Amino acid sequence: MRITVDLDLCQGHGMCELEAPDVFEVPNRSTVRILDPEPGEEHRDEVAAAVRYCPAQALRMEE
Amino acid sequence: MTIPIVSGGPDHLEELRQDPIALMRRVRDECGDVGEFRIGGRRVVQLTGAEANEFFFRAPDEDLDQAEAYPFMTPIFGEGVVFDATPEQRREALHNQALKGSFLKGHAETIADEVARMVAGWDDEGEIDLLEWFAELTIYTSSACLIGRRFRERLDRRFAELYHDLERGTDPIAYVDPYAPIESFRRRDEARAALVRLVQEIMDGRDPHPPRDDRDLLDVLLSIREPDGAPKFTADQVTGMFISMMFAGHHTSSGTAAWTLIELLRNTDVLLDVTKELDDLYADGRDVSFQALRAIPRLEAAVKEALRLHPPLILVLRVAQRELHVQGHTIEPGTMVGCSLAISNRIPEDFPEPDAFLPGRYQAPREEDLLNRWTWVPFGAGRHRCVGANFAMIQLKAIFSVLLRDWEFELAQPPGTYRNDHSTMVVQLARPCVVRYRRRRR
Repeated sequence: MRITVDLDLCQGHGMCELEAPDVFEVPNRSTVRILDPEPGEEHRDEVAAAVRYCPAQALRMEE
Repeated sequence: MTIPIVSGGPDHLEELRQDPIALMRRVRDECGDVGEFRIGGRRVVQLTGAEANEFFFRAPDEDLDQAEAYPFMTPIFGEGVVFDATPEQRREALHNQALKGSFLKGHAETIADEVARMVAGWDDEGEIDLLEWFAELTIYTSSACLIGRRFRERLDRRFAELYHDLERGTDPIAYVDPYAPIESFRRRDEARAALVRLVQEIMDGRDPHPPRDDRDLLDVLLSIREPDGAPKFTADQVTGMFISMMFAGHHTSSGTAAWTLIELLRNTDVLLDVTKELDDLYADGRDVSFQALRAIPRLEAAVKEALRLHPPLILVLRVAQRELHVQGHTIEPGTMVGCSLAISNRIPEDFPEPDAFLPGRYQAPREEDLLNRWTWVPFGAGRHRCVGANFAMIQLKAIFSVLLRDWEFELAQPPGTYRNDHSTMVVQLARPCVVRYRRRRR
């Protein structure tokens, strides 16, 4: 699985970091930093939740 | 290329006040994705369709700004709140702590409790006015979740009625004069003053040193002091903040709950399906607060379809800050630019049988909401997509989990007579909008 972000859309709400703290980091007043763009299978559920709950729908998960 | 102007001019303010959907549909029919109408002499460029919508939703605030686009909100929120603030301040404020994922479980529990309290007053059968009932319920849920339960306990139906007067005070005449001498604006200003008095009373009754573990947002605001020890915020400012925090989630959730119920009752096959889904899920006695955070696919699809057909916001607006280009057209600085959510949601090429209530369109592999990310836009899209969308869905799942578990409903008037009142910018259900309820027998 591979994660991509559309930084045009990211508003730094930080929902993804709450869902998958090992994969995403959102510093204050900043957009998301993807710590691991190709995380292992054990992170699949939390990454899916991060994608789903992003208020700006800025995240994508590709196989 | 000049942007084509829709027929029916020279000005369209009156038509916007009478039948905005017909106006916006005609703009698309006559002009296409990019067309123009005028309100009070001001040009409004209307965008619809995937390409134009993507341009709109991707634009940064420096290109398309919200500040001057909603003049009818300033008398409601007060000076210096939300659309009076700079884009940076708004961005900061939008990082609303109460909407963070870790709070959602508590919110689901709070909402389920509030529904239970409202139905506790019901007889075994009776009638409710959907506008009044859901507006009151969502005053309690939004105040309890966003401000705190202790503040919510001080509210009753009177607060809901005053709040309703604020929402009614959004006549598009505000584009000409937000303080025009009309009845709905007079009631708006009286309602706001009454809300300030109510909040002042609550503030006066607060313990200046509340226990650390039981503080709500009001306690926090009261604890912020100027260097000389005086309170930083007046009751007027606190009221403005609370009104604005609740505004985005109130009439929107209330209307969507009402329309979901109406559409379920108009489409009894879907209602049976959803009721069975809920009965199966809750057969083991699990908590609503547990399940509302998880998938309830058929109910969610019904809510999404109610949202597509009856989006609570029909037109979202910005003001062009510099010369912009879209699909070969030039937008001059200072022009208002609007994306029509109501029209985009029913584009037949994206949504076959666009006027039909078909929750099946959200099932895999169709997934028309995901497929049409720039035209399935009841929550907007892109940068300014609704930050409360998840909260809203959890709230609706909690509401219908409780309602459909214990109650049966039926329409109390002909199905075609339920409609929205579009005479104000805040869309509300038009009266009469009555349904009958009866306790379920098992």
